[in-house]
Amino acid sequence: MATVPSPEKTLEFRKPHRLQSGKALAVLALLLVAVALGSSAIGSYPISLHDWWSLLTTPSAGGTAEIVLLQIRLPRLLACILVGSGLALAGASYQGLFNNPMVSPDILGASAGAGLGAAVGILLGLDFVAIQALSFAGGLVAVLLAWALASGLCRRGDPVLMLVLVGILIGSMFTALISLTKYIADPLNKLPAITFWLLGSFASITIRDVWMAGIPIAVGSIPLLLLRWRFNVLCMGEQEARTLGLNTRAMRFTVIVCATLITAASVSICGMVGWIGLVVPHLARMVVGPNHKILLPTAAIMGGCFLLLVDDVARTAGALEIPVGILTALIGAPFFLFLLMRERRHKS
Amino acid sequence: MILTLEHVTGGYGSRTVVDDVSFTLHPGEVVCLLGANGCGKTTLFKMILCLLRPRLGCVLLGEEKIADWSRSRLARSFGYVPQMHIPPFAFEVREIVLMARAAHLAPFASPGKEDRRIADEALDYLGILHLASAPYTEISGGERQLVLIARALAQQAQWLILDEPAASLDLGNQIKVFRAIGELAKTGLGVLMTTHVPDHAFLYASRVVLMSEGRVLALDTPAKALTESLLLKAYGVPVSVVEIGAQPGIKPGIKIVLPNQM
Repeated sequence: MATVPSPEKTLEFRKPHRLQSGKALAVLALLLVAVALGSSAIGSYPISLHDWWSLLTTPSAGGTAEIVLLQIRLPRLLACILVGSGLALAGASYQGLFNNPMVSPDILGASAGAGLGAAVGILLGLDFVAIQALSFAGGLVAVLLAWALASGLCRRGDPVLMLVLVGILIGSMFTALISLTKYIADPLNKLPAITFWLLGSFASITIRDVWMAGIPIAVGSIPLLLLRWRFNVLCMGEQEARTLGLNTRAMRFTVIVCATLITAASVSICGMVGWIGLVVPHLARMVVGPNHKILLPTAAIMGGCFLLLVDDVARTAGALEIPVGILTALIGAPFFLFLLMRERRHKS
Repeated sequence: MILTLEHVTGGYGSRTVVDDVSFTLHPGEVVCLLGANGCGKTTLFKMILCLLRPRLGCVLLGEEKIADWSRSRLARSFGYVPQMHIPPFAFEVREIVLMARAAHLAPFASPGKEDRRIADEALDYLGILHLASAPYTEISGGERQLVLIARALAQQAQWLILDEPAASLDLGNQIKVFRAIGELAKTGLGVLMTTHVPDHAFLYASRVVLMSEGRVLALDTPAKALTESLLLKAYGVPVSVVEIGAQPGIKPGIKIVLPNQM
């Protein structure tokens, strides 16, 4: 039955410039370190690599460079890496889970819920920590609501479709509630605060924020990375995945909980930063292909790089800082279009 | 292990699609499931694969009811070959076949060397090892079907459940696939497949389940189950079963089904 493969036919399907998995990850990890170092150098107070060196060799010298680096720039860089990596990982996971490359991590209403939590916190005049906690809780509540409603509605039929539909509903409902809080907010100080917060920014990040978001992001990321190969099986569709031995319900639940932890934690410290979860997984897929075993870590590293670079622009492009959420949309949307066009050219 | 269906009844909502189906199949058999569109073939498959819970009755493998088995245990017992489809991501063929190993791996594990060997062996068995690194989305429909069969082999299950394995294959690939299925059955694998072509059953099946409106019309050897009157009952059109190529006293002929009116 077996036939000897003809060499021409084997050659015909050599993959176009895709990097080998191990190499790709190593190169990207180095790139992330380089981008982080570069980003630490630029800003309103320029810092040279020499400053880094003297900081490492003679700690607690107490110079301006040290204060800028450790208290302002380092937390900000760490937050960018955490949020960028987390959102890209959550996005790539969701695209696998929902078997749809157009899905982003806020499809089930996590961002809208977190946004509402923060808006309500600002409206009530709570302190910063309480606002963040409320935002985080809002994200979780929105997704849990979507999950519960979808499970209740979907006794039979396609559970994934129902979940997405209900998620979109909950998302738009929460967005409407955000508008309501804006409408009743005091237009002199609270309305601008809500608006600015929703635009997304890393300007006031402290090391405490890094911990606050870092722990849930790490807790959410580890199971996603451990399960990463199984996303391939999930891409075959609900029923087929089950016949291949996957407990799809348990996996779906785990992935949604993890991705929601990541998204809610991200929104709670830096506001709504869109597009990363949608664009970066596509970029990663172009570099390493669709196999989730390598795609997920690649997307995570690329997400960190991407957000660091965008935040560099946010910090340095204008006299005033540009909210990073505006930039991710401004850069992300045309970039996504470029990726789509490239993909199309590739196919024809 | 013997596959037994006991009074399996089920459907969607209040609609009954499969009505009181009972039969026993043995490893090493190639059983064809035939019937008109909408007669309940797919629904019956779903209940065998535990994708749909029977409203009444049960499915047994050996002596055990499978209703409460874990997904991975089910997947180690039943290899399912769906009708071919195109996933949204361009996985390599080898990756598609490797997915069969999910049932044999721990939740956090990914396939290793041994799994890749099993996957390549399955591809080689069907003569498509040269496609191993091709994108699954860019090979032909027939090749995709072969890949899905290779995946079911790599699953190393005791039963192969195939949903119209020949539907999108050209003549050469049809013959190849059925021959491979026959060889697999000889190694002790049980095979249950649907087909729309009674000729396939005459050629390759050891037994036939003929269904009509959710019930079993006949369960017998192809010659006894696919008679003109039963086929008329199942499909609602008059047909003739003719034997061709018979050499009296030397070898029996092959039966084919022809429509009475062209």
